[in-house]
Amino acid sequence: MAEALHWIGGALILAGALLSILGAVGVLRFPDVYTRIHAASLTDTGGATLMLLGMGLISPLGFVMLKLLLVWGFIMLTSPAAANALANAAFGAGVRPRIGTFQIMGEDKPGGSGPERSGEGTAS
Amino acid sequence: MLVAAGVAGLVVAMSLMIVRAMIGPSHYDRILAANSFGTKTVLLIALMGFLFGRPDFLDIALVYALINFVTTIALMKFFRYRTLARPLGAMAREAGKDG
Amino acid sequence: MSGPTIDANFALNIALLLMLVAIAFAVVRTRSLLAAILMMSVYSLASAAWLMVADAADVAFTEAVVGAGASTVILLGAILLARGEAERVNWKLMIAPGALAVVVGAVLIYAAGGLPNYGDPASPANSHVGRAYLEQTYGDIGAPNVVTAVLASYRGFDTLGETVVIFAACIGVALMLGFGPRATLAPPTEIPNDQHVVLRVVAKLLIPLIALFALYVQFHGDLGAGGGFQAGVIMAVAIILHALVFGLRATMAAVPVRLARTVAALGVVVYAGVGVVCIINGGGFLDYDYLFSPRIEAMIPANLLGDPSHEHHWGQHFGILFIEIGVLLTVSATIVTMFYGFAGRTLETIEAERRG
Repeated sequence: MAEALHWIGGALILAGALLSILGAVGVLRFPDVYTRIHAASLTDTGGATLMLLGMGLISPLGFVMLKLLLVWGFIMLTSPAAANALANAAFGAGVRPRIGTFQIMGEDKPGGSGPERSGEGTAS
Repeated sequence: MLVAAGVAGLVVAMSLMIVRAMIGPSHYDRILAANSFGTKTVLLIALMGFLFGRPDFLDIALVYALINFVTTIALMKFFRYRTLARPLGAMAREAGKDG
Repeated sequence: MSGPTIDANFALNIALLLMLVAIAFAVVRTRSLLAAILMMSVYSLASAAWLMVADAADVAFTEAVVGAGASTVILLGAILLARGEAERVNWKLMIAPGALAVVVGAVLIYAAGGLPNYGDPASPANSHVGRAYLEQTYGDIGAPNVVTAVLASYRGFDTLGETVVIFAACIGVALMLGFGPRATLAPPTEIPNDQHVVLRVVAKLLIPLIALFALYVQFHGDLGAGGGFQAGVIMAVAIILHALVFGLRATMAAVPVRLARTVAALGVVVYAGVGVVCIINGGGFLDYDYLFSPRIEAMIPANLLGDPSHEHHWGQHFGILFIEIGVLLTVSATIVTMFYGFAGRTLETIEAERRG
């Protein structure tokens, strides 16, 4: 039983590492800030979840488990918040997405109609 | 063995992040890379604790997670607003454009 | 540790050191000072990870909190006073310093061949004082973490000196930059589009957690990695996070400048006061065995720390505890004061000073 848990935990850790590499490749290859933020924050939280779950399976129950849970909680709390703040700041500073043909918040277009502006904040 | 492979994978991901932090055209790319690098460092240290049989490394991983967040917020705020003093959400108008 | 683990250790060392070299090159190459600060913080994280591989947990702890946390924030505050770009230097001027650097580097690499092997038990560092510390600490002091025992007890004088130096830095920064914004900050104008609501909520959740964690690091210091210095920086980081998200004005209402100033001095007083109490009870300065008079020592229950069979040195335990609290107070207050000093200088303040 313990042997099986060990292997499952190891496999989860490896999966988390692979997800991290995928995210890093995404950060390197994607064309603009927003897609990169997307790649990084998703794989950060996902990879962290997989890895910490794997470590939890390997470790004995007790204090270590509690600390793993705490680390997981911190990452789940801070990483999305940092990504959101970053995207918010980049958009506020005038960086615009490079891909996609949809129009955002009626900006960048002199003829933008009034009602579109009401969706501000939710679209970003 | 699988844990060691996980460490190797994280190191590869961290190196790729460093590349992005070096070239990353805008400052926001750099901050993003630094933040992601920090998260991976947290995981790396936790994993090394398991690899070397020292689970008390988790304390340090926890500190990294905290510090990483605060550093990211400070960098973001400074790059965007050129000040550390004002409350967030109150300075959008006077902030200069910054790539 | 079996064979493959050692190899993994070696490979990890090489990988992290290469990473450090790459980041250092990036720091030197970039001309934007902001990017350089950012890369320095990445450098600190990576070097702390490398210190963990070298099994120096306390140093890694300090590098993480000071290098990646406090110094990044303070440098960001300082860069307001400078231009954002490094000056372009004529390459002819760099020939002589470059040659000198290459020569010194070559000499150092040559000298590295004469160093003892990593972890060599016969090396000078591990054979005389170092071994004595490792062998005697648990019997003399009873603290499981030797680093804390050496810093706080055997080398108590040095640590007192360091605390005073930190306090002096606090005074120096405060005298140069003032204890906060010299001009009043204009009242903020609310703009609905840029609220950072997520950040506010998360920060509100995190700040008490960070403060609690600082206390954990503080009181866990004689068992594991950590201690007053690291805990002080973490506590200051909690306050800095509050200032970053909710504004310096709100933070100064919660932690007034006067309080920070007082606490910085109080920490040194606590530390030196422990030493004076030791003198009054008949010992030397900072000789914790004399911290309590015998009557008080007899009143401490033997099972206070759970293990009544092991003979405890209560004076040492409490002496380390008290001076670590002193270090915590001074360090946290100093970093908060520095942050106030730098961050309080907004662009308008600098402009106003230049004009008149």
